[in-house]
Parts: sequence; C-alpha cells; structure tokens
Amino acid sequence: MQTRPMRWLCRNIVVIAGVLALGYLILPNLVVLAFSFNKPKGRFNYTWNHFSTDAWQHPCGVADMCGSLTLSLRLAVYATLGATVLGTMTAFALARYRFRGRAATNLLIFLPMAMPEVVMGASLGTLFLNMRIRFGFWTILIAHIMFCMSFVVVAVKARIMSMDPRLEQAAQDLYATPAQTFLRITLPLAAPGIAAGALLSFALSFDDYIITSFNAGSTVTFPMFVWGSAQRGTPVQVNVIGTAMFAVAVLLVVAGQLVGGRRRGARS
Amino acid sequence: MTTAPTAEPGDAVRLTGLSRTYGSFTAVHPLDLAVPAGSFFALLGASGCGKTTTLRMIAGLEEPTTGTVALGGRDVTALPPYKRPVNTVFQNYALFPHLDIHENVAFGLRRRGIKSVAKQVAEMLELVQLGGLARRKPHQLSGGQQQRVAVARALINKPEVLLLDEPLGALDLKLRRQMQLELKRIQTEVGITFIHVTHDQEEAMTMADTVAVMNAGRVEQLGAPADLYENPGSTFVANFLGTSNLIEAEVTGTSGGDIQLVAAGQRLTLPAARCAAEVAAGGRVLAGIRPEKVALTHRDDEDSVAEGRNRVPGRIVDSSYIGVSTQYVIDSPVCPELEVFVPNVERDGRLVPGAPVVLHWNPAHTFGLDAAQDIDAGIDADAEEAAA
Repeated sequence: MQTRPMRWLCRNIVVIAGVLALGYLILPNLVVLAFSFNKPKGRFNYTWNHFSTDAWQHPCGVADMCGSLTLSLRLAVYATLGATVLGTMTAFALARYRFRGRAATNLLIFLPMAMPEVVMGASLGTLFLNMRIRFGFWTILIAHIMFCMSFVVVAVKARIMSMDPRLEQAAQDLYATPAQTFLRITLPLAAPGIAAGALLSFALSFDDYIITSFNAGSTVTFPMFVWGSAQRGTPVQVNVIGTAMFAVAVLLVVAGQLVGGRRRGARS
Repeated sequence: MTTAPTAEPGDAVRLTGLSRTYGSFTAVHPLDLAVPAGSFFALLGASGCGKTTTLRMIAGLEEPTTGTVALGGRDVTALPPYKRPVNTVFQNYALFPHLDIHENVAFGLRRRGIKSVAKQVAEMLELVQLGGLARRKPHQLSGGQQQRVAVARALINKPEVLLLDEPLGALDLKLRRQMQLELKRIQTEVGITFIHVTHDQEEAMTMADTVAVMNAGRVEQLGAPADLYENPGSTFVANFLGTSNLIEAEVTGTSGGDIQLVAAGQRLTLPAARCAAEVAAGGRVLAGIRPEKVALTHRDDEDSVAEGRNRVPGRIVDSSYIGVSTQYVIDSPVCPELEVFVPNVERDGRLVPGAPVVLHWNPAHTFGLDAAQDIDAGIDADAEEAAA
C-alpha cells in the first residue's frame, strides 16, 4: 500500500512542479491584487487592515499619480513606434544587404541589451548635459527608443532570415513590382517578428526606471512615481494600477492564445 | 494580356549566346536554343548542370553574363521579371503562406489591375481539380495539391511560356507519375509552351516533345525522346538516358552501309548511319547497344542463333527478377559488365548465375560513339541526384 502514493506522485510530478513554478511567479501579483482592496491603517500599505474598494473607486485620488501614468503610456506608445520603425529598417538592412560596417553594426546592436542600465543611463545623461539639451519628455523618449531598438532588430532579423527568398521571387514572377512585393509579401510575412518587437518595446519602455531617472530632469514617469512614493508610503492606488496592468497583459496573452489556437485548429 | 507581336511565330523562346558565370565558375556556357511555340520542352540534366540557371534567366530572376533572351521574337533581356510574360512553377512551389488558395491563384491577376477575378480563379481551380479548396491555406493542403495550386497560380495569367523548375521533385513516386500525366493533359488543354526542368530522365521522356540534355553547362544533345534514346550522340547521353552497354572496338573496315568492328576477337557490325563518330580503318569506336535489345541464349543452343546477328560470348554474373523482365549482368571478354533485360515470356531455367551464354542482337540496333570520351560519363549523375 505504501507504493500507491508514490505512484501517484510519480505520475503527477510534472503537474506539481508546474503549479509550484507558476505559483512562484504569480504570488507577488496576487499580493498586489489583494492589497489593492486594503484600507491601510497608517501610511504604509504593508499590513492587512480591512477590506475596502475605495482605491478602485478613486484610482486617480492620489495627487500626480495619474499624470505620471499618462506620461508613461504616451512615452511607451511613442517609443514603441519609433523603435519599431527604426528597428525594422535596421533589421532589413542587416539581413538583406552587404555594406561597410555591417559586421560591426551586427555586434553593436546587442550592446544596449548587454550593457548595465546604470552605465547606459548615466552616460546618456552626461551626453545630454554636455549638449545642453533640457531634460524632459524628449530626452526620455530618445533614451527609450535607443534601448528598445535592439530588441526589435533581433526579433525582426530572426524572422527575415527564416523567410524563403523564393516567395519574393514568386511575387515578382507574378507581376508584382518591388514595392508591391514588399507590401504584399515581405511585410505580412515579417509581421509576427515586428509585432513581437513592438510588444517588447512597449513593456520595456513602460516599466523602465533606471535609464529614465538619469534623463528625466524634473519629469516624473509612473515607475519613478512609484519609487518616490515608496519612500513616504505607497498609496493603495499604485496596487490598483499594477493590478489593472497585469489584467490587461493577461487578457492580451489569452486573446493571442485563442487566436493562435483557432488557427492551429483550422490547420489540422 | 501581354501578347507581343511575334516576329518569329515559330519560336516561343529563343536564347542567343546566353551564358552565366559566377566568379571563375561557369554555370552555363554560351547557349543557343529555340523552343517552338506550343511545345512541351524539357531541360534534362544532373544537379549543377546549369538547367535551373537557364530557366531562371528566362524568367528574369537571374541576370545573364552574356547573350539575349527573346520571347515570341521580342528581346526581353533587359526586362525585370515582373514585366516578362512568363510564369514559373517553383521547385518548392513557393506558395504565399499568409494568403489562401484563392488569393494565391488570383495574385498575378490582381497585380495587373484586374478587379473581378472570382470566375477565372474558380475555373482555374476546376482545371487543376481543386474546386472547393479555395479558402484553405497552403499548409492545409497535401504536397500534390500544393503543386497543383502552384500550376494554377502560374497558368491563370496565360503566360506565353510556363517555366517549371523540378515541379515534381518533392512528390512520391506514385503521385509523381500521376502528376506527369496531369501536367501533360493541362498542357494539351491550354496549348501554352512549357519549359520543364528535371533531373529525372523518365519524367522528361514521358512528358516532353523535345528534350535538351544538359551536362556541365552545355547542351549535349537535343531532340525527341525516342531520337535521343535510340541515337545518343555522346556517352553522357547514352548513359544518362536509360542504360547502355558500351563496347570498345576497333574498326576493321566498311562494307556497304555498315562498319565492321572487332572487339576481343568478336566481329561486330555497326550501321554507318548510326555512328556519331568519324571512323577510319584501324581507329577505335564505342559500339553501343541498349540492354533490352539484346537476347540471351545458353551456350548449348549457340547453333540456334540466326546468322548475321552481332554475337558476344559471356557468363552470367548476376540475375534479378523484377516482374516484367529479368535483368542479367554478364561478364564477357568484350566488356566486364554487360547488362541484358530479358522479358519474362518463356524463361529458360538454365540461365542462372555462372551459366555460359551467348548474347546476340540485330546489328541495326547498334549505335556508334566517339571512343575519345569518358565511357562512364553520365552513369553516376542520376544516382547522385537520387541519393541527394
């Protein structure tokens, strides 16, 4: 009889390990969710007091928070656009053409991904200072586009490299001009890589703190606001925003899975 | 429809001095070739012989180093692929994975600004027997179906010439046979000139009216399949198209329309009209004979062999029964490995490995080749391709 629980364990070990790993990843988010319904006693939202939906009813009830949130969202959108356009063009250049400095570019494009953020943030700050550019929205945007671009280049390049060059030849053979070939064949085929790069850019830009803090001046983005308020006592609304972002991300992933699943279903 | 004024209505494609070199490697030596309109033309050769490069130069996907390409009498050498009235069926089909079958087939029409394509697409899918699959994506179709979509996508544009680059290479043997007949049917139905690139000699012979055998960037021989098979002009063609027994022989003289030869003491007769080489008494020549044209008789019955036939003694080394025929390998003083295919009509039980035999054939079936070439040219070419 002793072997029966053992056997059960052996059969389900993968599931158990999976659940544990998932729990490890999700637990912090659940804590954030739970404490978004807390009504803290003092300034710090670290101990459970009693249930309340106050924060959810007044998400912008804290001074300056929603302003910084809007700023961060705007930055993320612009940085994503800029990085995706520039990164896609760079990826095409690197994957398709031979030119002087191609090997060096290929190598240097990884640098922002490998370099510590503090170093990059500080050096960029110094550069702006020496060029006498006023810190603010634009300096942050430039910094974000810079470090997001590498990720777009890597994602798009991988996609282009795996593309069959004969598809473009077939399009040309079927009377498509080079411009039509690019719009009708190349771009749609590269789209998954471009989308992946864009999503990464958005996430990276939205939650970046280190590089931003070196180049923000008096501008306060959402991560900076959270960091600042954590010194003095975090408002519950931060948990509300955090939970909302988490929910949106989960919804996006689930939607993506559903669409992908339907496509796979149609295939078989 | 781009129908160019045809200066030479007889030729759909005319290549003049067309060549392609990559650095120091010459893929295609200067080539002159005329493909008659409405014909099914095959470029046959082993991989790397330049046949695909030639096809791509006609399509405009490859720039020729020298020479010109004319379609229907119009020089198109300088035109990009999208301005040439030809369409290609690619080796791996190159169907657009993000478009459904209907949009794949309609692609060429749409690029030329034709708005209402539904009827034409439906008709074309009917022609290739794929009606009802219009809304599927390419990856949902089998290899044979994808191949038909590729044909439909090219044919719907009514090109002056349809180029097919090893279109059946990815299909299994049975499907390939079926598609060969299908393609032939479609070609007869639409009457468009087909240029078909293949390494499969059987495929080329089954489908094409005219076959150009290519070797190392040159056309070795061009003609109707039966012509090439019966009268090969070089050892490469003799070995690449089917199998040939090539016997090295010495010329002893000529009498009437015949050349008298001697090989290892055996006298052979070769019709002068079927000899591709210049011969003089004392010179050497390769006497060729196809394995199915040789008869096999046991040495004990040697007297029953009719007079006037070419005869060679030998001993059976190996025999394999393959249903319609039995294939023998014979060791003979004139050649260590002669092949003989005997149809399984009345089998002689004495013809087993080790048995002494006499090989004999009608002298009229002998062909002659220049002895100054590699006797084994073209033998491995096909096997290499099959292994790849």
